[in-house]
Amino acid sequence: MLTFRGKSAFGGIAVGRICVYQKGQQQVKRRRAADTDAEVQRFHHARELAIEQLGELYETSLKKVSEAEAAIFEVHQMMLQDGDYMESVENIIRCQEVNAEYAVAVTADNFSRMFSVMEDPYMRERAADVKDVSERLLNVLTGASGAGPTVAEPMIIVARDLAPSETVQLDKEKVLAFVTLQGSVNSHTAILAKTMGIPALVNTSLEGQGETGANERNLLEQLDGKRGIVDGFQGLFYVEPEEELLLEMQSRKAAEEKKKDLLQSLKGKSNVTLDGKEIQLYANVGNIKDLALVIQNDAGGIGLFRSEFLYLEKDDYPSEEEQFQIYKTVAETMAGKKVIIRTLDIGADKQAEYFGIPHEENPAMGYRAIRICLDRPQVFMTQLRAIFRASAYGNLAIMYPMIISLEEIRRIKELVAQVKDQLESQGIAYRDMEQGIMIETPAAVMISDRLAEEVDFFSIGTNDLTQYTLAIDRQNPKLDEFYDAHHPAVLKMIQMVVDNAHRAGIWAGICGELGADTSLTETFLKMDVDELSVSPSAVLPVRKAIRESNVGKKQQSH
Amino acid sequence: MKELKYIIRDPEGIHARPAGLLVKLATTFASVITIQKEDKTADAKRIFAIMGLGAKQGQEITVTAQGADEDKAIAEIDLFLKENL
Repeated sequence: MLTFRGKSAFGGIAVGRICVYQKGQQQVKRRRAADTDAEVQRFHHARELAIEQLGELYETSLKKVSEAEAAIFEVHQMMLQDGDYMESVENIIRCQEVNAEYAVAVTADNFSRMFSVMEDPYMRERAADVKDVSERLLNVLTGASGAGPTVAEPMIIVARDLAPSETVQLDKEKVLAFVTLQGSVNSHTAILAKTMGIPALVNTSLEGQGETGANERNLLEQLDGKRGIVDGFQGLFYVEPEEELLLEMQSRKAAEEKKKDLLQSLKGKSNVTLDGKEIQLYANVGNIKDLALVIQNDAGGIGLFRSEFLYLEKDDYPSEEEQFQIYKTVAETMAGKKVIIRTLDIGADKQAEYFGIPHEENPAMGYRAIRICLDRPQVFMTQLRAIFRASAYGNLAIMYPMIISLEEIRRIKELVAQVKDQLESQGIAYRDMEQGIMIETPAAVMISDRLAEEVDFFSIGTNDLTQYTLAIDRQNPKLDEFYDAHHPAVLKMIQMVVDNAHRAGIWAGICGELGADTSLTETFLKMDVDELSVSPSAVLPVRKAIRESNVGKKQQSH
Repeated sequence: MKELKYIIRDPEGIHARPAGLLVKLATTFASVITIQKEDKTADAKRIFAIMGLGAKQGQEITVTAQGADEDKAIAEIDLFLKENL
């Protein structure tokens, strides 16, 4: 047995086979397709072949098994002939100008999600059928052998490091846990693991050896296919565990699942403290694929819709139409619940190549977020137009990141006014949305009294606010021990922002990681924070903490 | 337009296999055929939509057919429901 120690990014226990992720592995990639007609044809051609294969499978199982068992292949054939399925794939190819593989993968996700959220356990299982037929289609499209699926079972993904763009492309259904040798607890991969609610270890090394260094490659290769256990509570990762340990972990896993079921019973309950104070509880979302998680976890809305994935998953600027379709889908799916879209927040540490942002020594304090948007108004206006157009389809709001001055807000307002004028002269419908800003710089905190007069709401981004206040780089694992998320300086700042917001008659929420910290929930309630936006998997635990809190009579009369 | 109401008796509801058979039958008619359960409506020629209704034992569905062969469609679907669901 080998034992690794890492830093836990998300608790939980996973038991299963290890899959070592190597760069360049076969995955569905989004490609731009100039000739969409040809892609649509490729799709239909692959579909016909897949239907033929299923026909053969039907015949074989009819002989070998029974008619009842064989019937499922007939159903699979019908799924590939289903009008909604075909329209979805064609639409994605044509609207987003992408390859057939990508369109099939996205459609498979959407359709299987429709099943996985159904009440009936039998119907939930049908999500697997959608995946199965889509997998078959992908195999035909990519010319892979249809003999066996590429990743057969859900596995523990082990990698040196995972870039955000790599993590977002992994199929969540097939990931039991993440273990990375590098990365810190606040890295993007760690945040993604939290969103997905799966155990994750970062900055992991073989116990007693410190840095793995030169042996890293060999070490990783050895692990592939072996049995492993990830203990996200203790930060331990075992390879080829002994029987006794395996049994113990399995029973702990069962206990954890029981606790999870208990949390499920909190669904549909209000976010009210024992003494009657209510708070809004929303979810943070990093990809349109996470919408199902938002709904499953019963969030009241989306308090932070990170729009970066639209840019990071692509090799060119996403068009207005492409963005509009995504924002519209979110607005419609959330059916009247509030969705706060944060405009582009990228920088040298988190960028798509086509942005051509030069390497920076200190990207956290560099050319990023609103600074890029104001410097490249065309990019910004495209996004604003897409969001405003989508506003007609639901309850959207906009929020701007990395604000440090009133001047920035003035410039944003000018651009917003231009966008509205354009839309009006073109006769395109839009709604007047709430416009808010993120408070994530100490500068914004200090002038929050003035800022509050200019905007409709504040959302405090505690990750950046903490790193700028404490002067600690989030990405540097060596600094984890100095990083105090509960630092009184940060808590005082939050109080100041909330007070200044209320004085100006606007609301203030928290959308950073700190919002999900249940040891602070009561503190935030006492501070009179109006909204918490947390990763979907944290919604119900936070709701539990709210319902167990007592804020005292004084605060009730707000 | 023809219409029929039916209460599902099958303990598993409209699961994959009968949904498939129903689609197979519905596609043999020229008429537009829809199935309604509570406030959800599905095109009877689309398997995902029908399965998405999540119709369970004891629930009532309404089938409507509109077109040249609507009489025949409703009659055959009625028979199918009684035999399979």
